[in-house]
Amino acid sequence: MSVAEKTAGQPETAAPSAPAIELIGISKAFGPVQANKDISMQVARGTIHGIVGENGAGKSTLMSILYGFYRADKGEIRIGGVPTQIHNSDDAIRAGIGMVHQHFMLVQNFTVLENVVLGAEDGALLKPSLAKARKLLTELAHEYELEVDPDAVIHDLAVGFQQRVEILKALYRHADILILDEPTGVLTPAEADHLFRILEGLRREGKTIILITHKLREIMAITDTVSVMRRGEMTATVKTADTSPAELAELMVGRQVLLRVDKKPAQVGQTLMQIRGLRVTDRDGIERLKGIDLDLRAGEILGVAGVAGNGQSALLEVLGGITAASGGSVTLNGQALDLTAHADAGERREQGIAHVPEDRHRLGLIMSFSEWENSCFGYHDRPQYQKSRLLMDRRAMRDDAREKIEKYDIRPPSCDLAAANFSGGNQQKIVIAREVESDPDVLLVGQPTRGVDIGAIEFIHNEIVHLRDQGKAVLLVSVELDEILGLSDRIVVMFDGRISGERLPSETDQNELGLLMAGIDPKEGAA
Amino acid sequence: MDLAELFQLFDSTLRNATPLLLACLAGLFSERSGIFDIGLEGKMLAAAFAAAAVAAWAAAPYVADPFPGQLSGLGLGWTAAILGVLAGIFASILMALLHGFASITLRGNQLISGVAINFLAAGATVLIGESLFSMGGQTPQLSGNARFSGLDLPLAETLGGIPILGPLYRDVISGQVILVYVALLAVPLTAWVLFNTRFGLRLRAVGENPGAVDTAGVSVVRMRYSAVLIAGILCGIAGAYLSMGTSAAGFVKDMTAGRGFIALAALIFAKWRPYPALGACLLFGLLEAIGSKYQNVDIGLFVIPVQFMQALPYILTVVILAGFIGKAIPPKAGGVPYVKER
Repeated sequence: MSVAEKTAGQPETAAPSAPAIELIGISKAFGPVQANKDISMQVARGTIHGIVGENGAGKSTLMSILYGFYRADKGEIRIGGVPTQIHNSDDAIRAGIGMVHQHFMLVQNFTVLENVVLGAEDGALLKPSLAKARKLLTELAHEYELEVDPDAVIHDLAVGFQQRVEILKALYRHADILILDEPTGVLTPAEADHLFRILEGLRREGKTIILITHKLREIMAITDTVSVMRRGEMTATVKTADTSPAELAELMVGRQVLLRVDKKPAQVGQTLMQIRGLRVTDRDGIERLKGIDLDLRAGEILGVAGVAGNGQSALLEVLGGITAASGGSVTLNGQALDLTAHADAGERREQGIAHVPEDRHRLGLIMSFSEWENSCFGYHDRPQYQKSRLLMDRRAMRDDAREKIEKYDIRPPSCDLAAANFSGGNQQKIVIAREVESDPDVLLVGQPTRGVDIGAIEFIHNEIVHLRDQGKAVLLVSVELDEILGLSDRIVVMFDGRISGERLPSETDQNELGLLMAGIDPKEGAA
Repeated sequence: MDLAELFQLFDSTLRNATPLLLACLAGLFSERSGIFDIGLEGKMLAAAFAAAAVAAWAAAPYVADPFPGQLSGLGLGWTAAILGVLAGIFASILMALLHGFASITLRGNQLISGVAINFLAAGATVLIGESLFSMGGQTPQLSGNARFSGLDLPLAETLGGIPILGPLYRDVISGQVILVYVALLAVPLTAWVLFNTRFGLRLRAVGENPGAVDTAGVSVVRMRYSAVLIAGILCGIAGAYLSMGTSAAGFVKDMTAGRGFIALAALIFAKWRPYPALGACLLFGLLEAIGSKYQNVDIGLFVIPVQFMQALPYILTVVILAGFIGKAIPPKAGGVPYVKER
C-alpha cells in the first residue's frame, strides 16, 4: 500500500527518468526447458507497451515472474527505479502491479463488489470495506468508462463486463502498472474497442500498461512501444510507429510470414450440401437457429461471420451430428441427413462430414489421452485401425499418428505425449490433421485459429485452402473478420439465428460486415 | 398424543440433532473452503474416544479434585469433563491436520484421505481403548463430575406455568447439556462469520475459485488449513458430546453409527448454508427420535417393524444423496487440489 502510494505520487517529480518497470537479465527454466533467457526490458511510465510472440515464446512466464507467480532463477526487477523482490502476488500488488489474467480470476457466484474487495479488505468486518469499494467504484466508473453494476453477480455478466471487474480490481488496489494477458481473445469487436478506450484513459492518467497479445492489429492500434519474444528470448524492442505488422510477424516467427492467405480463384463445382429451413431449439427452449437456407458447393470455402452467440455454434453442432434439429432439412449429395437425436457425430463422419469443433478442449480432444489416441478418435473403428473384430491395431494407429505429426509439423514430435502437453497451436494441428486426413466431402471448421500462434495460423489456413482445391466443400465459422475475409470464397453473416446477408469477399469490407453482424443491412437501408 | 409426549419427542430431537449439527457445520467450513470431508465420522469417533478416555482418567478416584462440587451447579462437573472435551477436540484436530496435510500440502485425493481417516479412527479407538482399559474397546462408564448433565436455564420453573410455551421452555429448551447450546449458538455464529467477515469472504472464495484468492494476494494454503482446523474443533465437540453428554456416558465401539455421513447428507440437503443446516439436522434428529420412541407401529393392516422405524434417518440420507431433493450445487473448487497454473 505505502509503496503504491509513493510511486503514485512521483511520476514527474521524484525520478522522471526512471522507467516504471525495468527487467534486467531475467532467466527462468522449468526443468530442461529454458522458458526465459536473459531477458532485459524497460517500460517507460505512462506508456502502453506491447509484448508479442508465439505461444510458448515465454510471454506468460515473464509476466508471471513480474506478478509473483514464479520466481526467476536469475535477474533483477526494478519498479520505478527501485530494486524489488516479488515473491508472491501480494508483493506484486504492494509494488503497484495489477494483472488481468487471460482466464479471469473471479469468483463466479460473488457480486462485483465482493470480487473487488476480496483480498484487499480494510478490516475483519466486511461492511466498511464494501461501502468504501462501492464509492470508489462509482468514481472509477465515471473516470475511465468502467461502468458495471456493483451488485451484479459475476456469472450474470457478459465477458466484456467481467473484464472490467478485473481492471477495477487492479485499480482498487492502487495499481500503477497494469498487465493484460490476451485481453481481447474473448471480446467482440465492439467490446475490444471499448477496452482500448479504457486503456487510453488509463494512459492519460499516467498508468503504465503492458499488453500481451498475438494480434498484430491491436499492437499497431494502441501501443507506444512493442517487444517481440521468440523461444524464450527477447528478440527486439521497437517503437510501434517505426514498425509494421509484417516486420513484427517476421520477428516473431523468425522467417517471412504471409499475413494474407495466398490462394488461387475457387473452382466451384456442384452443390454438395443443401440446407433448407434449418431450425434448432436448445435445451433451455431458446431457438438458436430460426430457419437457415444455405448451399455448400464443391471447391469453395463458405465463411460464416457473426458475433459469437448468434447461432454459428448451433449450426456447426447440428450439422456435425452433436445436437438435433427442431425443423428443416439437410441433404448431402442428394441424400437426406438424419437430423433427429438418433443421429450422432460418428454417423456424420461415415457420411463424409468432418468437423473441427470450435472448442477443441471440450469437443475436439481428450486432454489426458496421448497424441496418437487423439489422432484417430472418431475414426478409430475404420478398417485400417482394426486388427480383428475385437482388437484395435495400435501399431497402425501409432504409425498413422507419426505420419500426421510429420506432415503437419506437430511439435514436439512425439505421439506418446498427452494432448495437454502440446501448445494450443499444436493441439489444433492434431485436430485439423485428424479431420482433414479422413478425406471428407465436407469440412466443418469452427474458430480454426483461436489461441493459435501466427506460424501455425498460416499452416492451418493453407491446409484449408488445399482441401478446397481438391474439390471439397468447407464451412468456416470464425469471429475473426480478417480470417473470414482472407479465407472465404463467399461470406454469409449470421445475426440472431438467421442469415442477415451474403457477400463476396472482393465486394465487401470489415465495416459492412460489422453492420450485418449487428443485424443492419446497409444495402436494404439505402434502397 | 398429548403435549407432554410431544415435548418428549422434541427433547430427544434436540439431543439427537446436536452431534449432527456440529458435524454438519464442521463439514460446512471444510467444504466451503474446497476440501471435501467424508472423514467427519472418523474425527467424531476419535474425539468421542479421546474425550471419554481422558474424562474417565481425570475423574478416577486417585486424581484429587481440588474444589469438590465447585461448578456442579452449571452441570459442568469440574475438570474431568472439561479436560475430556479438550482431549476430544485435540484428537479431532490431529485427524483434521492429517486430512489437511494429505489433501492440501500433498494435493492428494480428498475422498481417499477421508476414508482413511474413518478407518484409522474405527481401528485405533478400539485398539487403544483395549490396551488402556481392557474392557473390549470400551471406556469405563463416566459418572458424576466426569460427564455433562443438564443445565437448567434461568426462570425455567417460573415460566413453566405459561400454557404451551412455558412447558416448551422448561422441558425442551432448558435442561439440556451445555454442548447442546454450544451447537445451537454455533449456527448464527457460522452464518455471521461466513457472510459478514473478511475471513468468511475469503473462505467462500477459496472454495469457488482458489486462483482468484491467490492472485488477490491471499494464501490459499493458509485459508484451507484454517477451515480444516475449524472443522476439527467442531467435530471434536460433536464427538465429546456423544461420549460425555448422552445417556451412553462412555465410549462404545463405533458409537458414531454413521452420524458423520448423515451430517454430510444434511449439509447437501442444506446446500452448504448454516440455517438450512440447522433445519436439516433437526429433521434427522426428529426421525431418529420417532424411530426410537415408536418402535412397532400398528397401522391396522400390519405392524411396521421396529427396524424400519430405526432406519428412517438412513433412508432419508439415501434419498438426499441420490439427489431426489432439488439440485444441490457444491462449491465449485471442492475436491480439487490447488495447483498454480503451469
